[in-house]
Amino acid sequence: MAEIVSLAEGVAELVNDGDTVALEGFTHLIPFAAGHEIIRQRRRDLELVRMTPDVVYDQLIGMGCARRLVFSWGGNPGVGSLHRFRDAVERGWPTPLEIEEHSHAGMANRYVAGASGLPFAVLRGYTGTDLPKHTGNIKPITCPFTGEVLTAVPALNPDVTVVHAQRADRAGNVQMWGITGVQKEAVLAARRSLVTVEEIVDSLDPTPNQVVLPTWAVNAVALVPGGSHPSYAQGYSVRDNEFYQSWDAISRDRDTFGTWMEQHVLDVRRDA
Amino acid sequence: MSQDWTSDEMMTVAAARQLRNGSACFVGIGLPSTAANLARATHAPRLVLIYESGCLGAKPDRLPLSIGDGILADTADAVVSVPEVFNYWLQPGNIDVGFLGGAQLDRYGNINTTAIGGDYANPKVRLPGAGGAPEIAASCREVIVIMRQSPRTFVERVDFVTSYGYGSGPGDREQLGLRGAGPQVVITDLGILRPDPSTRELVLTHLHPGATVEQARAATGWALVVADDLRTNEPPSEAELTVLRALKAATDADRTVAAG
Repeated sequence: MAEIVSLAEGVAELVNDGDTVALEGFTHLIPFAAGHEIIRQRRRDLELVRMTPDVVYDQLIGMGCARRLVFSWGGNPGVGSLHRFRDAVERGWPTPLEIEEHSHAGMANRYVAGASGLPFAVLRGYTGTDLPKHTGNIKPITCPFTGEVLTAVPALNPDVTVVHAQRADRAGNVQMWGITGVQKEAVLAARRSLVTVEEIVDSLDPTPNQVVLPTWAVNAVALVPGGSHPSYAQGYSVRDNEFYQSWDAISRDRDTFGTWMEQHVLDVRRDA
Repeated sequence: MSQDWTSDEMMTVAAARQLRNGSACFVGIGLPSTAANLARATHAPRLVLIYESGCLGAKPDRLPLSIGDGILADTADAVVSVPEVFNYWLQPGNIDVGFLGGAQLDRYGNINTTAIGGDYANPKVRLPGAGGAPEIAASCREVIVIMRQSPRTFVERVDFVTSYGYGSGPGDREQLGLRGAGPQVVITDLGILRPDPSTRELVLTHLHPGATVEQARAATGWALVVADDLRTNEPPSEAELTVLRALKAATDADRTVAAG
């Protein structure tokens, strides 16, 4: 049964130094507030996992929380590069960042295997690309029925997955809709999970095709209205495109970045 | 003749013209998305736009500002999970056209969006990476590439093969068992390149009005082959320009509202 907690409690209980952590979201419903709380609680040595590490991962990397990144596309969506990510890869600042690089199809299937309780997933992917040369977790496998050579990728089972959703009820059942990316798979693949929500309601109206994570599949739910800003929560907020554009200038320079993080993340208390 | 359109507009229009009404197109954000939406708003109203965020059959009335823009979900026939997009729709070959951009392209249509210069562990420039592109390039029935042409982007050999074109020449795709036909057309700000059927090398087949072979050669990092029957594209029509500019204006207006 999911416990209803504050964001600070949820992060303190569920995210440890050295953990493999997935904060998932595909442009929509990105758990920014939870990422900021991880930064405020000074988590270190994390293996960060995400298909599309974007601005919140740029912030975690730039603040020295990460030792390793497992990903398939690291950019500022609709804008360009992630400068803190690039600085870490190109110049090892503030600490060197080890990377494990995949395609979206590979990452999605790694989560599916993790959620399915299987050791690996099979896909017809990566063929001809240079990715298998640099990523040990991409291997050929021969189909036992047809002899076709396919690709295997190992299951991804994060220590903790954090996602943002539209709402939960008081029992901790979670409902989300719109672009739901790999959030369900990432939560079900994880050993522990934290869901931040826009709203907690007395009861959820059952609505077709609105993804539901039942309370018994989630560890903790925290009420964090606006917790996906500058990303968005369909039905509650719109994407702050202006912020994504302004991040390019903020993040280019190490000092400007540091000052911004102090003012907008470190010095902010966010208790529900 | 004075031109009342930009080379970017010409490139986008030329790319849009490649898309057939009723086909299903896997669209990347940026130039591919602009061209695909222009096609849908002009000659291809039944073009099915598929975005890797899980939006199938999106019908936005402005350009999406990211791959997961709310307008894509709001207007889609269906919104599905990311594993479903890749496993059920892309992998089996259910999508006609993959529409890709890139940072580097070589003479055999291989694309790099991963890293430039140095070695993989210590690159000079770290790019965003693969995203959905490797499987789009492998599994869509055909691929259209749209990229601005310069000696830095059109290189002899890409530094990293993120998305496979024709490898190092004839037979390579077939040997790897790739199911799609590969890049059939490359649209640039100067013209159009197509793979030679026997050598698989990209050959300049069309110039945009006002562009020259010399310009195209200077903007290409390999010895560019020019087709014997090199043609000139039709300039953008009044209708194409009007729709394209209206799409951009609607996008800018929406951006301002969202910011305010």
